[in-house]
Amino acid sequence: MSEAAEMAQPIEEEKQSLMSEFKKGLWQDIAPFRLVLGLCPALAVTNTLVNGVSMGLATLVVLVASAASVSLVRRFIAPQVRIAAYVAIIATIVTVTDLFLQAKFPGVSKALGPYVPLIITNCIIFGRVEAFAQKNPMLPTIMDALGTGLGFTFALMAMGIIREILGFGSIFGFKMMGDWFTPWIVMILPPGAFLVMGTLIAIVNYISHRQSSQGEEA
Amino acid sequence: MKKSIKMIVTLTVLGALAGIILAVVFKMADPLIQINKEKELKAAIFTVLPAAKDYRAFTKKLKDEDVTVYVGLDNNGSPVGIAFKADGNGFQGNVGIMVGLGLEFNKLKGIQVLDQVETPGLGNRILEQWFMDQFKGVEVHPKIEYIKYRKPEKPNQIQAITGATISSDAVVTNINHAVKVVTELFTAEELIGAGGTADTGGGG
Repeated sequence: MSEAAEMAQPIEEEKQSLMSEFKKGLWQDIAPFRLVLGLCPALAVTNTLVNGVSMGLATLVVLVASAASVSLVRRFIAPQVRIAAYVAIIATIVTVTDLFLQAKFPGVSKALGPYVPLIITNCIIFGRVEAFAQKNPMLPTIMDALGTGLGFTFALMAMGIIREILGFGSIFGFKMMGDWFTPWIVMILPPGAFLVMGTLIAIVNYISHRQSSQGEEA
Repeated sequence: MKKSIKMIVTLTVLGALAGIILAVVFKMADPLIQINKEKELKAAIFTVLPAAKDYRAFTKKLKDEDVTVYVGLDNNGSPVGIAFKADGNGFQGNVGIMVGLGLEFNKLKGIQVLDQVETPGLGNRILEQWFMDQFKGVEVHPKIEYIKYRKPEKPNQIQAITGATISSDAVVTNINHAVKVVTELFTAEELIGAGGTADTGGGG
C-alpha cells in the first residue's frame, strides 16, 4: 500500500470508532431503556412533551460539559475520591448553567424552572463519567456524551408523546383528540409513567433481541 | 501516606476551584437576576390591574418586614386598584403571587403567579391562564375558598386543579393571608389620598 493510503487508514478507523461511540447512545445503549439510568427524570417530567424535550436538552448540555471536564482532569483525580470529585464538578456545572439561564435567558429559565438543578441527581451523568470519561480522551468522551444525551432526549420524547396524548389529549399543548376522548388521567401521574416506561423497555428489548438473532443467522 | 495526601489535595483543589467559579459566576449573574425579577414584578402589577398605566408604592413595616402595596393609577392619576405580593409555602417551595384588589377591599381584580417550583404538568398548572382568570372578581370575604371537581358555587370560590389540590390550596391560602395583612395594615383612604413614596414606574 502507498504511504498516503497507510496514513489514511488509521484516520478512517478513528473516525469510525468516534461515530460508533456517538451512535451507541442512540440505540444499543440508549438511556433509560437499555442503559437503565436516568429513570427519575424520565418518569417525573415526561407528563408533557415540552417538559420531556426541555429536560432532555438541558441534560445533554450538562452531560457533555461534565464528561469533557472529567476527561480533561482524569489523570489528576485520586481514584478513592472520584465520586466526590464528580459531584463537585457536576454540581458546579449545573449551578453555573442555572445562574446563566436566570440572568441571560429568564424566559427559558422560567420554562425549564426546577428541572435544571434536578439534573445533578441524574444517574446518566455519573454513569457515563464513571464508565467512560474518566478513562478516555476528550474527543471520544464528547462523542459518547453527545450520543447518550441525544438518545436520552429521544427516549423522553417517546414517553412524553405517549403520556401527553393519553393523559391530556394534546401534543405540545395543542388538542389532538376530539371531545369523544376522556383523558386517561393515570397517564400523567406516577403509575402511568411506570406503565409507559415498562412497556417501552419491553419493546426496545424485543426489537434488539430480534436484531441480534437475525444478525446471528446472517 | 502518599495516597491520603493525593486524596486530600485533589478534593481541596476541586472544592476551592468550584467555590471560586461559583462565587464569580454568582457575582456576575446576581445583579442581572435581580433586574429581571424587578421587571417581572413591575410587569405583573399592570397584568393584575389592567386599567392601570402607572403606579405608586407604599411601604410599611410589620414586625421587621417590609410590606409594600402598589396603587395602580390610570391616565388621569386616579387610583384603579391596589396590587401586592403574596408569598407562602406551596407543595414543593415558595408560591409567589401578585394580587390585584379593588379599592373597596372586597373583590380581586386578578392575580399573576410569579414564583413557583411545583410539579411540572400538575402543580405548575397554577400558571395556566384559565386558573388565574378564575380569580377575577372573586370576593375575599370571609376568605377565598377552593372547590374540587365542579364549578364554583359561591362568589368567593374557585375550582382547584385536578390532581394538584395542594398547589391550588397554596395559591388560595397565600392570597388570603396577604389580603388580611394588607387590609389590616393600610386603609383605603391613605392609599387613595396623595402621599407615599414617589416610586412611580413607567407606563404599562
